[in-house]
Amino acid sequence: MSQLRRTRNRSAGLQRPPAAILVIASIAVAFFALPFIGLLWRIPWSDAWSLLTTKSSLTAIRLSLETSLWATALSIVFGVPLAWVLARYGFPGRRIVRALCLLSLVLPPVVGGVALFAAYGRRGLLGDSLFEWFGLRLPFSTAGVVLAQTFIAMPFLVLTVEAALRGLDHRSEDAARTLGASRWYAFRRVTLPAVRPALIAGAVLAWARALGEFGATITFAGNFPGRTQTMPLSVYLALESNPGQALVLSVVMIGISFGVLLSLRDQWLGGSSTSGGSR
Amino acid sequence: MSGSLTVSAASSLQGAFTDMKTAFEKANRGVKVTVNFGASSTLAQQIIDGAPIDVLASADEANMTKVSDAKLLSDTPTLFATNSLEIIVRKGNPSKIASLSDISKPRLIYVTCAPQVPIGKYSAQVLQKAGVTVTPASLEPDVKSIVAKVTAGEADVGIVYVTDVSATQGTAEGVEIPADVNVTANYPIAAVSTSTNRALAQAWIAFVRGTEGQAILKRYGFGSP
Repeated sequence: MSQLRRTRNRSAGLQRPPAAILVIASIAVAFFALPFIGLLWRIPWSDAWSLLTTKSSLTAIRLSLETSLWATALSIVFGVPLAWVLARYGFPGRRIVRALCLLSLVLPPVVGGVALFAAYGRRGLLGDSLFEWFGLRLPFSTAGVVLAQTFIAMPFLVLTVEAALRGLDHRSEDAARTLGASRWYAFRRVTLPAVRPALIAGAVLAWARALGEFGATITFAGNFPGRTQTMPLSVYLALESNPGQALVLSVVMIGISFGVLLSLRDQWLGGSSTSGGSR
Repeated sequence: MSGSLTVSAASSLQGAFTDMKTAFEKANRGVKVTVNFGASSTLAQQIIDGAPIDVLASADEANMTKVSDAKLLSDTPTLFATNSLEIIVRKGNPSKIASLSDISKPRLIYVTCAPQVPIGKYSAQVLQKAGVTVTPASLEPDVKSIVAKVTAGEADVGIVYVTDVSATQGTAEGVEIPADVNVTANYPIAAVSTSTNRALAQAWIAFVRGTEGQAILKRYGFGSP
């Protein structure tokens, strides 16, 4: 390990960039770092704990965790099969289907919320049927929050898993099939374990995205404490009524996001490219 | 008179202030007015956070006081309009709402705003006076969002300003709230002390309070203070 580290350091040393590039890159780093430093500076530290543990903060945190975990679970259940089909199954119009399924990745989330209304709202395409058949009203409900989060977050998982599936060597699956494994068995016991790192990375990214979802949620699910007011909504609204609480909740969310990125360094961001092989 | 002016105005003023902008620009060639509409609480916080705004027109006195307490007003606020509240329902009143107590009927979706937003505070006062308890489905960001949810049919009922109902031009209907439980919303206006164009800010305030401004406000259903 120490041998490896030394080698890596030396190779990094060889690529030291020109001074001008270092300076510009440092400005870019400061550009990203300053807002967070500013936030930490503005925080009323002496009250931080009490602000974080107020009933309204805890309610928002609990609701956010619940809904984002549901959204992640749904993203896995529906996203993995979708990624598999997109990666492996050549059917006419695949590019269009693929673009459609990834659209919410680049769409302004508010527009996503408006579209969700058009489909699942009370006067939307399916709104009446959902209510008549299942007694389900999605707008202004916690289920609506989960729906909005899943709509926005699932593409992250699909993209990650699809890329891994594409890069996978078919031969081990083929071998399993020739040894008598069913398609389903080969998928479950050979394919899935092979893409496990990508699946974990995709699930964590989707979870982080669901946790941060704002636009589609406030548009489609509305905003009510304990039912649909997740952490980002709570931050936005507390800015007017209780700025200290907004700052503290912001820092919690930044901490979570930062943790997610650090944990994904190897699998997704390629932060240290040589460590992949050692795992 | 020249230059540009940025006015922050309560979202219930959207129609009236848009007309006033046109009239003011016509009367003062070379002047460019930009109006920024939103919940008064949002507008007040934006100014406190350093937004470059010349004039604030709020739908309540509490949010104006918040800016004043931050020493960000260059003069004492003056009242320029009043408003009252009305129940808003979709065209044709499909849920058959006739009074405030009907809002608490089961399975009705009622939306309002958070208590720091003027309409959220006013409607809570009205419901309390009428002795009606109702759990909202959502706390929307501003009064126009309540109107939007009701006219889109996603919510059944809300409480908004009388002027908001007439501004929907028929896509929504109002159900009157009796005077004894209604409240009067007072709209103050003031120049912001960080304004870079004090003279223009004062001219705008004078215009809003003057004959032409008051006539426009009256046309939209506002009362005069």
